[in-house]
Amino acid sequence: MRIDARGMHFSALNEIVRSSADAEIEIDNCIGQRYIACGLSGKKITVNGTPGNALGAYLDGCDVTVRGDVQEATGDTMNAGCICVFGSAGDATGYAMRGGRIFVEGNVGYRCGIHMKAYKENKPAIVIGGKAGSFLGEYQAGGIIVVLGDGAEGSPVGNFCGTGMHGGEMYIRGDALPKTLPPQVKAERLERFPEGEAAQLVRQWCDAFGKESERYLSSPCFRLTPDSANPYKQMYTPN
Amino acid sequence: MELFVHGDYEVVRNPDLCIACRVCERQCANEVHWYDETAGKMKAYSDKCVNCHRCVCLCPTHALKIVKTDDTYKINANWNNATINEVYKQANSGGVLLSSMGNPKPYPVFWDKMLVNASQVTNPPIDPLREPMETKVWLGKRTVKIERDEKGRLKNTLAPQLELSVPVMFSAMSYGSISYNAHESLARAAEELGIYYNTGEGGLHKDFYKYGKNTIVQVASGRFGGFKGYLETAAAIEIKMGQGAKPGIGGHLPGAKINEDVSQTRMIPRGVDAISPAPHHDIYSIEDLRQLVYSLKEATEYKKPVIVKIAAVHNAAAIASGIARSGADIIAIDGFRGGTGAAPTRIRDNVGIPIELALASVDARLREEGIRDDVSIVVGGSIRSSADVVKAIALGADACYIGTAALLALGCPLCRSCHEGKCNWGIATQRPDLVKRLNPDIGYKRLVNLVTAWNHEIQEMMGGMGINSVEALRGNRLMLRGIGLTDTELSVLGIRYAGQSL
Ligand code: SF4
Ligand code: SF4
Repeated sequence: MRIDARGMHFSALNEIVRSSADAEIEIDNCIGQRYIACGLSGKKITVNGTPGNALGAYLDGCDVTVRGDVQEATGDTMNAGCICVFGSAGDATGYAMRGGRIFVEGNVGYRCGIHMKAYKENKPAIVIGGKAGSFLGEYQAGGIIVVLGDGAEGSPVGNFCGTGMHGGEMYIRGDALPKTLPPQVKAERLERFPEGEAAQLVRQWCDAFGKESERYLSSPCFRLTPDSANPYKQMYTPN
Repeated sequence: MELFVHGDYEVVRNPDLCIACRVCERQCANEVHWYDETAGKMKAYSDKCVNCHRCVCLCPTHALKIVKTDDTYKINANWNNATINEVYKQANSGGVLLSSMGNPKPYPVFWDKMLVNASQVTNPPIDPLREPMETKVWLGKRTVKIERDEKGRLKNTLAPQLELSVPVMFSAMSYGSISYNAHESLARAAEELGIYYNTGEGGLHKDFYKYGKNTIVQVASGRFGGFKGYLETAAAIEIKMGQGAKPGIGGHLPGAKINEDVSQTRMIPRGVDAISPAPHHDIYSIEDLRQLVYSLKEATEYKKPVIVKIAAVHNAAAIASGIARSGADIIAIDGFRGGTGAAPTRIRDNVGIPIELALASVDARLREEGIRDDVSIVVGGSIRSSADVVKAIALGADACYIGTAALLALGCPLCRSCHEGKCNWGIATQRPDLVKRLNPDIGYKRLVNLVTAWNHEIQEMMGGMGINSVEALRGNRLMLRGIGLTDTELSVLGIRYAGQSL
């Protein structure tokens, strides 16, 4: 089904999306409606325009494609599925994600991937084509974040990358180490993206956006991992 | 150099009664008791004793007692023993002092400074044993637009509500901070009582989905365990912004407490610390809060009430006014005496305000602004008895959360060492040998007993006032009088002094 979202309130739009029996839904003229695809599963949703905050929050297995930019809290606490953004994404993209994939062609704002976590087969991933704002992967507890840094001069990530990180991994393409890395984050320089999950994600991202993967895979990158799973252990004294 | 710090308690064993059966040794996870083969008798390392009373209760000959140590530094009203010891502990380790359960300091307890009214002569008391007495309450928004369909019939526009048979619920305690058996006891008791228990921020164990209609699930900054199925199962969703025992800081479950089951429930690897940051990093304003409230409502199709829980802090009234406008259905306020599985000592003991004062000012503010019916108010943070419940309702609450009182019902003697993860009563621990000491078949019945008894008492007190439903008691501050309070305290509480008539 195709929905013209012009002038529509988010609750009306989302009600149509939720109750539609169609497996494929295309939303045109989207202009800031929040919570699209919130908690949904089993649908393929294309959004033309600019969806509002919390697109695909608690997403439970939909394929969401956005032809345009997305705003804040995209994929908040998302569980499964894929969000593919042909544009840039705002702050807190993939907050507390616990599964599925978010592919962003352009840049992301602050606090992307904060508090991502993973358990066994549930392993979330975010791939960012451009740059990421400060606090990327803050409190990261699992999953994988890849920043490809198209258009970046120097490191493609902002300040305080990985603050409080205690699980998972990040791959930051390029030769420049992120500034102000916290002491509990270990950075390892690699000559190219290692085969395995990271390279596979880069290939999927390239397929989605029609890019040539070897150009990205053959670049040097930094792999960031936490030094310890319990960074705050020594901080406390029983009283 | 590590300075020796003497323990607070000493184990006293009556040698005439002790039969050296070694029960105490087996029962103590703190490894206080031991059998001295050469001497042929039981001995104790008192310094390790947390005074949990497990051995005292289980000793077959009642040979044991625990006493406060009389070891002391030079008597000093300013630098007392505990204060000196805390300095030593920190100088030894460099660590932040970590405690648990509620603030034990001698701050005023305003519940104990309010007295309840009773009818005499002019309006008759009601006998709850013979006359109907309604303790059922509904939580949720009460503001409705009257709308009619084309045939003129009333449309149901009432927002989703929680129905409670007694105005008491079990407050948030996460699986992880407390055990599987403790959770099972709470869930089963909530079901039998027709009330709700709260998962806390640790997610919901798969075995407990079946208690969904009596479950409130929590969404906190760490977003553990939160996904569609979790939200869908619950009767209501609580956004945790703060907790009375530790306002302004987040949660931190040490990796040592993350066993396989907890790991699966929280969806983080075993042994990794579970950290809930202090703020929700997507909420810096009431507008942002509104976004989370609505994303949860959208995800659950507007079928479940959303609760926003805050700690009682200085500006609670203004914050509550914002929450009432955020789309939330229920505000939960947690006072500074509320319990916790672990909190930095300094925060637990110095941050926040008493729930009595916070409740009175929130209720007054919402009424002043004409938005009191937009939300229900639930209060916790040391509700210790049915009398506290009655006073809270008269001050303006719709219902109360109880946490510590519920754990006491399960056997907890309030030893305040939950943060050690070695709870001898099987409550605040994940050690299988300890967890199995708490039998949920017995535990849930004790919880049912407690709340049932409170319900009778609430009915009796209401009957005495000539009131036959909780609805009629709510916000009825004329039923309260203060004793031993200053004018300012009376004005914050919005009540008169004992002896002052209308
Ligand atoms: S449980 Fe009582 S009788 Fe048994 S060893 Fe301990 S103190 Fe002695
Ligand atoms: S729950 Fe256990 S550790 Fe915590 S205070 Fe009660 S008995 Fe002590």
